[in-house]
Amino acid sequence: MDRFAHKRGKLVPLPSDSLVPERDLNSAPVLETRHLGIEFGGLKAVDDFNLTIGKTEIAGLIGPNGAGKTTVFNLLTKVYQPTKGTILINGTDTHGMSTAHVNRIGVARTFQNIRLFNNLTVEENVKLGLHNHIKYGMAGGILRLPNYWKQEKIAHDKAMELLSIFDMEHLANHKAGSLPYGAQRRLEIVRALGTNPSLLLLDEPAAGMNPSETVDLMENIIKIRDTFQIAIMLIEHDMNLVMGICEGICVLNFGKVIAKGSPEDIQSNPVVIEAYLGKKKEGE
Amino acid sequence: MEFLSYLISGISLGSVYAIIALGYTMVYGIAKMLNFAHGDVIMVGGYVSLLTMTSLGLPVWVAILLAMVVCTILGILIEGLAYKPLRSAPSLAVLITAIGVSYFLQNSALLIWGANPQVYTPVIEGAVKLFDGQLSITYISILTVVVCVVIMIALTIFTSKSKMGKAMRACSEDKAAAQLMGINVNKTISLTFAIGSALASVAGILLCSSYPTLMPTTGSMPGIKAFTAAVFGGIGSIPGAFLGGILLGIIESLAKAYISTQLANSVVFAVLIIVLLVRPAGLLGKYVPEKV
Repeated sequence: MDRFAHKRGKLVPLPSDSLVPERDLNSAPVLETRHLGIEFGGLKAVDDFNLTIGKTEIAGLIGPNGAGKTTVFNLLTKVYQPTKGTILINGTDTHGMSTAHVNRIGVARTFQNIRLFNNLTVEENVKLGLHNHIKYGMAGGILRLPNYWKQEKIAHDKAMELLSIFDMEHLANHKAGSLPYGAQRRLEIVRALGTNPSLLLLDEPAAGMNPSETVDLMENIIKIRDTFQIAIMLIEHDMNLVMGICEGICVLNFGKVIAKGSPEDIQSNPVVIEAYLGKKKEGE
Repeated sequence: MEFLSYLISGISLGSVYAIIALGYTMVYGIAKMLNFAHGDVIMVGGYVSLLTMTSLGLPVWVAILLAMVVCTILGILIEGLAYKPLRSAPSLAVLITAIGVSYFLQNSALLIWGANPQVYTPVIEGAVKLFDGQLSITYISILTVVVCVVIMIALTIFTSKSKMGKAMRACSEDKAAAQLMGINVNKTISLTFAIGSALASVAGILLCSSYPTLMPTTGSMPGIKAFTAAVFGGIGSIPGAFLGGILLGIIESLAKAYISTQLANSVVFAVLIIVLLVRPAGLLGKYVPEKV
């Protein structure tokens, strides 16, 4: 179970409500939410969600189906505007920001159901991730001024470099929609990395993968964290993955946080076991 | 020889349809809406260029530039004021708004410039004579075809190779995912309207130069035919708009010559109906069955 232990970040003490008990105190948290909540017509889909994620932390968000995990991601990326609470990204309050703006200040994500631009090539998908880092104007784009070629060359090199994380350079000119399922999932991660995030949100990255693909994915998530020095938060049902690579885990049930802590704490937490398996009958 | 002359005038008319159709098809591709006010932007372009040349007495290139600038701003304004507030409204509401904007533009033009048809000064005059004068091709029809081809190529390269073009295609496929890539969807839609409207003004100038009468309803029929051309070629597809426009122009021109001038429009729409029965997505469109 713990063969990834040696790859985890070096841990030092952290502020009070953070997931991981130890962490570099000097670096500001990448994500901080305070009393975050959203109501859909009276239904509290997420309520009083407090979470701090440190720089280069790998955090897991787990919980039974319908617990509100994806809703949390949608709040963090401002697909939904929260009805309550604050989200701080690298110390910046994201109140009133659009999805595109939140992305520019450092939040990228993948989707539970893959949402690639299927009719565009693999390279173009990655370049769309790089969109805000390619600098040329309208005139440059139409007239193809020298700056256009320079910037497109930089973008091409960067896209190839990102694709090389998953050894996908040879697929650059394939249509994204034509890739096999696993490759599409990997491409989504590459595209998200293109936006140069400080926090990467992965929504069920291992969904539909076989056990050996999942192990590859675990190694890759750690590799991405180490290479890009970013924080990663993931929603996942595969407990081997969550317990294997997450340094801190947050358990959500009915929109509320029911437990937070290290993988070991979570595994032995009676409240968590109850949420997943139901209450033990007396006398059993 | 007669046939050749009809064919050439058909290609020239079709080029105008193609330029207008590009505006319809791009806006449909990205905003998934039919901008029925597009045809009336053509008329505005015509009036602005005519007034610059006659009332202000400025040279042709200034007139063209000014018409493009005015129409671009008009396009952005229409999108921002009329369509943007309805971004999440049902598509029927947007469609009706578009019809409303179309009538608003026509009636504003009626109020400002009056109902009387005005004679348009062609941007270039004259013709080349070939085969001992048996075949004469006006410079304006040559210019129209050249401009259409240039626009078509430039737009194809722009949408396929530049980052804004890629952003447009991304928005067309999945707006939410595009936003999560940091792409400003509203800006991208505005840009699309700006390009479409600038093209409409060019089409207006070329159209009025070939058929030199200008009145507030000048844009509506070519607008509807260009929309037909866009559907004919496969709405959402740039080469489709080009192909649809040219074919429609040729069919119309030949129908006028060999069948009946009065029936020409009926023939055009009959062909459209037949094509759509055989290929519901248009000539170059991809029919994507809904997943169940």
